[in-house]
Amino acid sequence: MKRKTNKNLILGGLLVGIMLCMIAVGFFWTPYDPEAMDSADKLAGVSFSHLMGCDNFGRDIFSRVLKGSGTTLFVAVGTVLIGAFFGMLIGAFTGYFGGIADEILMRVNDVLFAFPSILLALVFISLLGSGTYNVIIALGIAFIPSFARIVRSEFIRCRDMDYIKSARLMGAGSLRIMFVHILPNTVPVLLSAVMIGFNNAVLAEAGMSYLGIGVQPPDASLGRMLSEAQTYLFSAPGYALFPGITLILLVLGFSMLAEGIREQNQSGQG
Amino acid sequence: MGKEILRVEDVRIGFEKEGHSLFRAREKKEVLQGVSFSMEEGEVLGLVGESGCGKSTLSKVVLGLQKPDAGKVVHFSANPQMVFQDPYGSLNPSRKIGWILEEPLRIRGGFTKRQRREKALAMLEKVGLDEKIADRYPNQLSGGQRQRVCIGTALMTDPKLLVADEAVSALDVTIQAQIMELLLKLKEEMGLAILFISHDMRVVYQMSDRVMIMKDGRIIESGSVDEVYFSPKQPYTKALLEAAGILEERE
Repeated sequence: MKRKTNKNLILGGLLVGIMLCMIAVGFFWTPYDPEAMDSADKLAGVSFSHLMGCDNFGRDIFSRVLKGSGTTLFVAVGTVLIGAFFGMLIGAFTGYFGGIADEILMRVNDVLFAFPSILLALVFISLLGSGTYNVIIALGIAFIPSFARIVRSEFIRCRDMDYIKSARLMGAGSLRIMFVHILPNTVPVLLSAVMIGFNNAVLAEAGMSYLGIGVQPPDASLGRMLSEAQTYLFSAPGYALFPGITLILLVLGFSMLAEGIREQNQSGQG
Repeated sequence: MGKEILRVEDVRIGFEKEGHSLFRAREKKEVLQGVSFSMEEGEVLGLVGESGCGKSTLSKVVLGLQKPDAGKVVHFSANPQMVFQDPYGSLNPSRKIGWILEEPLRIRGGFTKRQRREKALAMLEKVGLDEKIADRYPNQLSGGQRQRVCIGTALMTDPKLLVADEAVSALDVTIQAQIMELLLKLKEEMGLAILFISHDMRVVYQMSDRVMIMKDGRIIESGSVDEVYFSPKQPYTKALLEAAGILEERE
């Protein structure tokens, strides 16, 4: 069997691994207190004492990037968990049983799907109020339709297979067939969907914080930092540059990982 | 002969044609038009017919996977099982063979983990497979191996009736012979009655005690293998035998 080296998987895994290590470090230790201000270092450039310089309040950007990517990651993971869990439940039931409930839920899904997820999240935020946890809930709800759709189509593909009929003949109940027999077969597709969803969540969080309705100051998040940096784009380009690069690397890493998993899975079945 | 194990009485079923218009009455296609037969313990009953004559629908009705519009299906034994045609679609691709074999016992309940494992390994041996296969995934097996696993899975709960719907049609000829041999061996060992569905007159001849010929949703001829194969009454049966090259050989 010939197997090409899966560059996407290796590079993506490496990139995500490094980012996760940095976030883990930032969780316990940062070079400076990310919220400590020092007026002497206002908008300081790159130096040995401040690896990425300082922001307009004299806070160390490197420390804030470490802390901020953690916040961004937390929001993204929470969003994807909510979206994937409820999306999976809805997709499983509608896909397996079909019928009128399927029609109704899928039309509701279509309506939700028709709005850009950011816009939808904005609606929920205006209902719930801003703040980190509300952002997670709002984005999570906005992400449900895409997961529901993917899981539903996988369940429709599997439900008429012979191995499902034979499970039914053995006397397996509907719930057992759905979650023990069909669900494992949706994992590869679900996994790439989770990865792509994760990327969208990172970007959505950054976007919402950028608009000022996401993570609230003085907490750091990548989007929050970008939003604050835009005023100083010319006087301190590093302020926007470093959080931006971190965001790009994070998204790139997960995109490559998702693509790599998809490739790996295809070559495994062939 | 032995005890009756299955009785099918005047089963009728029809499907609505797709693509009906709003103003025309829905057309119904009659797939089964009054099928009756019965099976005895430990016999192999062959069911032959061309594609689309209702064989597979009949097998689904027999197993209760499809409700008939009219008529009755009476089972005199618990949990009849089925072996499907396509050995690639009938094993869950994301589960190991051992897990698949254990699943019927898990559903039934009342077995410890070890008992289940032991029974699964014993069944692998019974269907002529190596114990190592328990830890493989279905896509690592050949078609013949998969069909053996399917048969083994169907027999885990000791059914008395097995429906084999084109169970050897997707396999090549040498493997076909092996699987047929295995089915006959298991039939002897476990006192199994097999409803053997196929379009292949030769395969049915080798397997069956009795044969039914099906055409357009009706059983047009039935009897012992010798009766039907050596003195066919219906022209359609003769045509089938001729097409399979069986009539000329004897003349």
